[in-house]
Amino acid sequence: MQARQEAPASAEAPERPESEAESVRTRVLRFLRGVGGLAFSLAVTLLGLLVVTFLIGRVVPVDPVLSIIGDRAPASTYDRVYRELGLDRPMVEQFWIYLKKVLSGDFGESFLTKRPILDDLRRVFPATFELATLGLILGVAIGAPMGVAAAAWKGSWVDQIIRVLCLVGYSAPIFWLGLMGLLIFYANLGWVSGPGRIGIAHEFSFQPRTGILLLDSALQGRWDVFRNVFSHIILPACILGYFSMAYICRMTRSFMLHELSQEYVTAARVKGISETRIIWRHALRNAAVPMITVVGLSYINLLEGSVLTETIFAWPGLGQYLTNSLQNADMNAVLGSTLVIGVVFVLINLVSDLLYRLLDPRVRRGS
Amino acid sequence: MLHSGKRGKAWIAAAALAAFAWSASPSALLAATPPDTLVAAWSIDDVLTLDPGEVFEFTSSEIIGNTYETLIGYELDDVSKIFGRAAESWTVSGDGKTFTFKMREDRVFASGNPMTAEDAVYSLVRAVKLDKSPAFIIGQLGFNAENVEAKIRQTGDYTFEFETDKPYAPTLVLYCLTATVAAVVDKKLVEEHAADGDYGYGWLKTNYAGSGPFSIREWRPNEAIILERNPHYAGAAPAMARAIYRHIPEPAAQRLLLEAGDVDIARNLGPEEMAALASNPDIRMQEGVKGTVYYLGLNQKNPNLAKPEVRQALKHLVDYSAIADTIMKGRARVHQAFLPDGFLGALDETPFALDVEKAKALLAEAGLPEGFTVTMDTRNTNDVTSMATAIQQTFALGGVKLEIIPGDGGQTLTKYRARTHDIYIGQWGADYQDPHTNADTFARNADNSDGAAAKPLAWRNAWDIPEMTAQTDAAMLESDAARRAEMYLSLQREHQQVSPFVIMFQQIETAATRANVHGFVIGPSFNDNSIAGVTKD
Repeated sequence: MQARQEAPASAEAPERPESEAESVRTRVLRFLRGVGGLAFSLAVTLLGLLVVTFLIGRVVPVDPVLSIIGDRAPASTYDRVYRELGLDRPMVEQFWIYLKKVLSGDFGESFLTKRPILDDLRRVFPATFELATLGLILGVAIGAPMGVAAAAWKGSWVDQIIRVLCLVGYSAPIFWLGLMGLLIFYANLGWVSGPGRIGIAHEFSFQPRTGILLLDSALQGRWDVFRNVFSHIILPACILGYFSMAYICRMTRSFMLHELSQEYVTAARVKGISETRIIWRHALRNAAVPMITVVGLSYINLLEGSVLTETIFAWPGLGQYLTNSLQNADMNAVLGSTLVIGVVFVLINLVSDLLYRLLDPRVRRGS
Repeated sequence: MLHSGKRGKAWIAAAALAAFAWSASPSALLAATPPDTLVAAWSIDDVLTLDPGEVFEFTSSEIIGNTYETLIGYELDDVSKIFGRAAESWTVSGDGKTFTFKMREDRVFASGNPMTAEDAVYSLVRAVKLDKSPAFIIGQLGFNAENVEAKIRQTGDYTFEFETDKPYAPTLVLYCLTATVAAVVDKKLVEEHAADGDYGYGWLKTNYAGSGPFSIREWRPNEAIILERNPHYAGAAPAMARAIYRHIPEPAAQRLLLEAGDVDIARNLGPEEMAALASNPDIRMQEGVKGTVYYLGLNQKNPNLAKPEVRQALKHLVDYSAIADTIMKGRARVHQAFLPDGFLGALDETPFALDVEKAKALLAEAGLPEGFTVTMDTRNTNDVTSMATAIQQTFALGGVKLEIIPGDGGQTLTKYRARTHDIYIGQWGADYQDPHTNADTFARNADNSDGAAAKPLAWRNAWDIPEMTAQTDAAMLESDAARRAEMYLSLQREHQQVSPFVIMFQQIETAATRANVHGFVIGPSFNDNSIAGVTKD
């Protein structure tokens, strides 16, 4: 991401525009070039993803026909389905047919769910999005301050405790953490609800619109549903958040230590500025810039769907959908999910880039 | 390096406390399931369709069994007692080829449309013409897309004829009509949604057009299947207004939900969860013997496995009772013949037990006194992997070095069907309640060539058996039940000794229910599992 930040800077570096008109023209051109570049990189990224995923799908030693018709059907049925899937054509042709359909907005149908891929994705992605976003918010809200504290009191007991907490977050298998979380907070203490997204009592009285249940229930003023949904999502979000927290905390600590050893910090101290001000106003402001990348990557990780967390918490999200599709060679579903992840990846990178410009005057000035 | 300041640390401590208190704040929202709703935790990711003409998986079979009616049914505790369900009665012509069915006149679909012979004929014709996975159950009786409309014909409002190509054993024909593929669909409703002559398949695969005790309200893949009481059901109305099958893939999570009372039934508990729940007074265990057998298939393309003495030796190198008792723990029992208990002609003799000396002698006879090395394709589920490991240990006692090749279901099955395995550890569930269903696959191989159209288990293990195939075909046509049972018994005795199948166990399905839930039935086949009679205290 750093490298990409530099690229436009060197490309744009030319002399300053002389007149106002020229300046406007240059800006428009630059904007258009930016949009064009973005569209191009998006197209290349997605095409590359499709090609690779398609090839992987074809070399996986699983017969998709068997996933559809099972083990018992006679040869005639097998042959018919084989032809229906287009498997009798050359691979290049298969890919070309698929690509043409995708370009016309037809992602095909999943043979596991018997529904259009877009419908499936509209159902599973909001579930993952909601969980990942809450997980990330928790991860950042807790991880970043903890990282700052660990750096500020480097070597003290605060740092040690945080180190251990992060180590557990890093190394404990998420599967185990999830089950332990359920056992303690759901089964023993009864503080949260069990696996699933919403309680049965609310299942039939509530019509979600976006599929992001917290948002839907809040928009409809159904606070009873909101509470119920929150009690379902908070534990898996904490488990996912714990994992991101550990990563974000460690990275924040190391970025902060780097900043605190800079000369400007020494200068500030000499001037008698309070430690709190130095940490929060000066060092953190600078450490926040590389943190954008870390947070962005964490978010992408979470949005790909965590199949283990989703399995334990019976969360009907993208991770489970993609894994199940892969295991059954349901390639339309795999390709569709991959595209979604690709788009999310590009979008988050784009947002990171914009945030860089906002926070880092050097990048802003350079472009 | 920094002046830490006590104030800062106090802030941290306060923040930690606040975070803890905050995480504890969502109040307990746990509630028992509603009294008129049955909630089951089950791994339902095998559901691929809701069309009875296509359904062939465990979960969806159970859903169809509870939401549609087949023409014929059988008593669950004695499957030899066949009765009419949507059909009231039937007669068989003198040549044994034409069955005339009379339908019950009181059947009404959930849509409100009355059920007539037109619906029954349409459903059977539709199944054959759609040609989905289970279509062969009807098709094997001599029907194909070209002739089915002429051979299955309506003769009156409530009567129709069903003409087979050969005089099959009448019970075979009737048992085929107990399968979900022969469920009666609402022709009027389905045809309203038909497009391009697809017999409404595009619609019915995610919708419902039946007449069973429940109707299907919604199927959300990998999330839930929701059933509702069918107000038009002709039989006794279910006590439950609603039944929800929730997709809970993780057995440990199923256990926690059951203990907390958030579900009424847990369907996929493993031995650990079962053991943990055994002492809980709020939970009851239930079990039922299923028509599924676990077996090893020995590929006859492997020169070592092709030797009769080696096949015998391997049958003596499995510790059947130890696996049943310690690994399967009540979820399987030792069974060594291809027909499961409960079937006509089932053989309950178990001539094989772990006998290392005998196995070594047999291997020496085969010219392999030092044993040999062989691979086994193993599906990476807990049960199968544990069984495979146990078998690996006992094989080693006889000098047979077994290498386990793990893979997911799709991979191992693809390899098995390509006949490129050495040994395959698998399970086989009966498709319908007639003995021919398993004889057809374990003891019949009409064409052993690589390009054969049919790929029964005998073919997959490259076992060329023209004589046994003829015997199986003869048993299929025997109309005298007692004589037919005798034929299957002798077929199995021979099969047990010479076949390349180490048949080991018969599956027992278990379920744990809350103590206040009564009337859940585990039948011999998945579409017999019934929730229609469930009540709650």
